[in-house]
Amino acid sequence: MQKTLYINSNGRLRRKENTLYFETETEKRAVDIENIEQIHIFGEVDLNTRALNYISQYGIVLHFYNYYGFYAGSFMPRKKNVSGDVVVRQALHYLDRDKRMFLAYCFVESAVYHMMRNLRERKEAEAFLNAIEDEWENGRFNISSIPELMGLEGRVRNIYYSSFNQFLPEDFYMERREKRPPTNPINALISFGNSLIYSTILTEIYHTQLDPSISFLHEPGEKRFSLSLDISEIFKPLIVDSVIFKLLNNRQITLEHFDEDLNYCYLNQEGRKIFIKELQNKLETTVRHRQLNRNVSYKGYIRLECYKLIKHFIGDSVYSPLKAWW
Amino acid sequence: MEYIQEYSELKFQGIKINYLYVCKRKLWLFSKNITFENWSDRVLLGKILHEYSYPKEETKEVLIDNLIRIDILSDGAVREVKHSSKMKEADIMQVMYYLYYLKQKGIQKQGIINYPKERRKEVLDLTPEYEEKVKQALKEIEEITKKPVPPPATKQRICKSCAYFEFCWG
Repeated sequence: MQKTLYINSNGRLRRKENTLYFETETEKRAVDIENIEQIHIFGEVDLNTRALNYISQYGIVLHFYNYYGFYAGSFMPRKKNVSGDVVVRQALHYLDRDKRMFLAYCFVESAVYHMMRNLRERKEAEAFLNAIEDEWENGRFNISSIPELMGLEGRVRNIYYSSFNQFLPEDFYMERREKRPPTNPINALISFGNSLIYSTILTEIYHTQLDPSISFLHEPGEKRFSLSLDISEIFKPLIVDSVIFKLLNNRQITLEHFDEDLNYCYLNQEGRKIFIKELQNKLETTVRHRQLNRNVSYKGYIRLECYKLIKHFIGDSVYSPLKAWW
Repeated sequence: MEYIQEYSELKFQGIKINYLYVCKRKLWLFSKNITFENWSDRVLLGKILHEYSYPKEETKEVLIDNLIRIDILSDGAVREVKHSSKMKEADIMQVMYYLYYLKQKGIQKQGIINYPKERRKEVLDLTPEYEEKVKQALKEIEEITKKPVPPPATKQRICKSCAYFEFCWG
């Protein structure tokens, strides 16, 4: 499997002859460029065009995060596999109201499924699980527009988040979900995890023929690569949330892993390392795929989701979103 | 008459002839640039084989008319290097197409398929029967790639080593 490199320290990415090195003040490490798919950069890193050109040759995507660990942007090399045909058809699915609604609904349906899946095992959250089910079952047949769908999704998500207080340590009490900036530890964790999964999905989309800027649930242009937001609905509860539950309930991450700055709250370097390691473990965990009869990693399932969308666009087979069966 | 003339002008990359005989769905997807080859270890193996076999040959990777890429040109023969002879019919048709294509340009050549890993080779001449078959194949490629949707996936033994496996069956 293609690997992900996370850079937490400060230093320089440098190409020397045909090797890429990451150099810090104290050490110099060669990067296994053949086997790397993406690099997440959290530290203060210098790089020059020589290094960038070399990285491009291998189709490696760079994701940059600022001092607080918030996603800043990505460097994506020139795309190798472009299919005008797929892009045109993807756009047609956006332009046609019914076709767009179908896909938007699929993303939400899978998101809700995975949220409920997360709560199903937890006795403390039973009431919330029932509330989500009510909200969803009553609402889902009366949707006639994307904003209505988003409203329903928002209501479900609110119930979902409020259930966290029932089974997460008290230190991580969440009054409500808040983004930009997160002001308490649990919100900081969710934001950090979501931006990591967002960029990981972007990398997977990049390697397919999909156009990351044409999206369905989110309005294209909401963010630069809004298709990544659409697909992340499926994987946020499935991957990020379960990592958060594990880290908090096992007390691997505690309040000491957070720094506060005026109204900001963010994971410190130590906390980020723990989180990234656990997330990486999760992404590499494999589950037997029933049709392929092969072990597929969580990251692989993201790629398969992209393939299913392509097949939907070219009229090969109707998209059916992932619903984890394991 | 006009019909035939039209089809005699059909031109495709050699690999499409090969794919026509390997898998029509793969041909359709490939023709729409829906490719997964750059992620396949098997394709990488093939590339390395091409690079390292026959190092003494000087005319390698000859591109004709920006369309046809001939692996090796030597001793008056067009040579194609293949990993295994499992898809022999497809390989033969690919080389026959090259011979046919060159013939249109007034060049007569022999064809050789090298299977260096099996230490085997196949020597081919463009016969009238194969010429007819190539013309048929070109028509078929035209028809398949013009279709609005890809041919459905059909499970074959070769699927499991195909770069499209996860796309088709995932």
